[in-house]
Amino acid sequence: MTTAALPDTHPPNPKSYWKRNQQRLAPWLFLAPGIAMFVLYVIAPIFQSISISFYAWDGLGEAEYIGIANYVELMDDEDFYTSLKNNVIWLVLYMLALPAGLFVALFLNQTVRGIRIYKSLFFFPFVISQVVVGLVFSWFYDPSFGLFNIVTGWFGADPIAILADERYVTYGIIAAGLWPQTAYCMILYLTGLNAVDPEQIEAARLDNAKGFKMLWYVVLPQLKPATFIAVVVTVIGALRSFDLISIMTDGGPYGTSSVLAFYMYEQAFSEYGFRMGYGAAIAVVLFAIMMIYIAFFLWKMYRDERGG
Amino acid sequence: MFKRTKTLVATIAATTILAGSAWAAGELIINTDTSDPAPKKAFEDVIAGFEAEYPDIEVTWNLFDHEGYKTSIRNFLTADAPDLANWYAGNRMLPYVNAGLFEPIDDVWEENGLNESLASAKGSMTIDGKVWGVPYTYYQWGIYYRKDIFEEQGIDVPKTWDDFIAAGETLKAAGITPITIGTKYLWTAGGVFDYLNLRTNGYDFHMALTKGEVAWTDDRVKATMANWKQLLDADFFIENHAAYSWQEALAPMVQGDAAMYVMGNFAVAPLREAGLTDDQLGFMQFPIINPDVPVAEEAPTDTIHLTANGKNKENAKKFLAYLARADVQTQINETLGQLPIHKDSTVGDDKFLQAGYEMLSNTDGGIAQFFDRDAPAEMAKAGMEGFQEFMVKPDRLDKILERLEKVRARIN
Repeated sequence: MTTAALPDTHPPNPKSYWKRNQQRLAPWLFLAPGIAMFVLYVIAPIFQSISISFYAWDGLGEAEYIGIANYVELMDDEDFYTSLKNNVIWLVLYMLALPAGLFVALFLNQTVRGIRIYKSLFFFPFVISQVVVGLVFSWFYDPSFGLFNIVTGWFGADPIAILADERYVTYGIIAAGLWPQTAYCMILYLTGLNAVDPEQIEAARLDNAKGFKMLWYVVLPQLKPATFIAVVVTVIGALRSFDLISIMTDGGPYGTSSVLAFYMYEQAFSEYGFRMGYGAAIAVVLFAIMMIYIAFFLWKMYRDERGG
Repeated sequence: MFKRTKTLVATIAATTILAGSAWAAGELIINTDTSDPAPKKAFEDVIAGFEAEYPDIEVTWNLFDHEGYKTSIRNFLTADAPDLANWYAGNRMLPYVNAGLFEPIDDVWEENGLNESLASAKGSMTIDGKVWGVPYTYYQWGIYYRKDIFEEQGIDVPKTWDDFIAAGETLKAAGITPITIGTKYLWTAGGVFDYLNLRTNGYDFHMALTKGEVAWTDDRVKATMANWKQLLDADFFIENHAAYSWQEALAPMVQGDAAMYVMGNFAVAPLREAGLTDDQLGFMQFPIINPDVPVAEEAPTDTIHLTANGKNKENAKKFLAYLARADVQTQINETLGQLPIHKDSTVGDDKFLQAGYEMLSNTDGGIAQFFDRDAPAEMAKAGMEGFQEFMVKPDRLDKILERLEKVRARIN
């Protein structure tokens, strides 16, 4: 007579905690391994580095607490400023990879016979190791038999030892770095171009848009996600530039091509370094610079998401 | 977290050793960076000889590549120490001595009469009055030169600074750069500085300077640099040397575009491989600058050390005693193409070895290790960078010396 006879399809609360919260807990369980690794290998070392930067430590004996002495010394260290200046040059010039990558992507985004081969050829520098890129460019710049000086020689110029001249060395290395970085940006833009809406292009055509206007007002806005990623990876790539410098010049001549990442390595781990505290202080400064960028981009992303 | 990993590694190491001892009476673990062909062969022979003499000791030999060794030695000495590790004499071993990672072996020296037979190297092996290893080889530095070019140009081997400058002028007039050098990795410039300073101010001053007891802005340092500047102003060195490694800088000499190289004896092998015969290649002592200064030379010593955390100390000491023997040192240096330390060893009949042996035996002014082994690591780096900058921009001398003085003040 009452509902009691009906089978109860929604059993009430007295169930296990797991069953009740499965939906809420599952994502965290899936995330757990990743979070654990991230905390262990990314977050914890950040705090460890910050704490080491207050010590004088050679990595072997007892660490001696010296407060902010490492930072005070940094303020008065010419090599640090050289590295900082070079980092800024890297940041600015590395951005050239974006327009270059976009240009190559637009160029390759057509249906021609064998286009895949051309795409692979342009992508090739990103696949080979930075060490190889560094070596190839070292030979390219070699003052006695390098291609660069042979070519400038045709125009009657005297050979320039790019990698041994403090005026050119940083630019020479950046040029080498731009080669693979352009390829990276190109691949990002190529995938972005695949996602461009053909109907919008069609519509723009009907409105008589073409050439640069088409690119600027119709295509580029749709490439915004690709541009965003490209900027992020290029900024990070510029700030952590290390391998090319190590291979091509070893920071030289007399430290003029060093950047913060390389200087940090040199002070902390290289043959003549082993000043862990000082190296950590440099790393903290580099980290602070990166934080400015990361915070800016997070803020921008947050704003865009809300605005959209 | 790190500590736990360390225990884990130690446990694994311990179990391996236990397992090993089940079938071999004794174990001995040696780590070296002698990965180039000749040094590798030399160590193979030494270990084979040792095992033949002590059949109950099982030797495990871990071979590292040269560059990797410099960073890994710090790790393995603390975490998973071998019984013996090779390294260098002088200031280079100081950090490990201070950190208590090497063990003094005065007893080995005492029992085997090494105080007498290895006396020439004892100074560079002693820290705090204790001996910290066994030296097994060294090699001379000096000037390697193109004998045929010198003969063509009618140049006699220069003995004095004036002769040297004159020889350089003759070479330049013939379109040949007097000296080749590649300073990309800095240390080559350290060698040139060492010789100029040893010849200008002598061994004692050089040691005091590298130890950090003298200011870099001292007038005597400036005198050394003035001599160097004389060479730079006269364009004695090849152009763009900062772009080359020392091996790359061999090329101009092989091609006959440059005539001299201030180098260690290890340069002979690649020069011969590149096609220079012994008739074309000569060796000479760095010319005398100040005749009042006793002549000192540069001869870096390679050594083997007993680690503090190794487990087979007795076997390790047997090996050290074996390595210190005259016949063993003769044999190992025959293969290495370098000079033995033991006074009763015989030197290989190679022309350059004989010349180096003769030169070093008659050196009464003292024997330096090398700039980066005599000076503390940080000072070495700053110093050699300064030398490279000076070679490119001689006008910045005062600024460079001030910077070096700042580094010296901080280290001491």
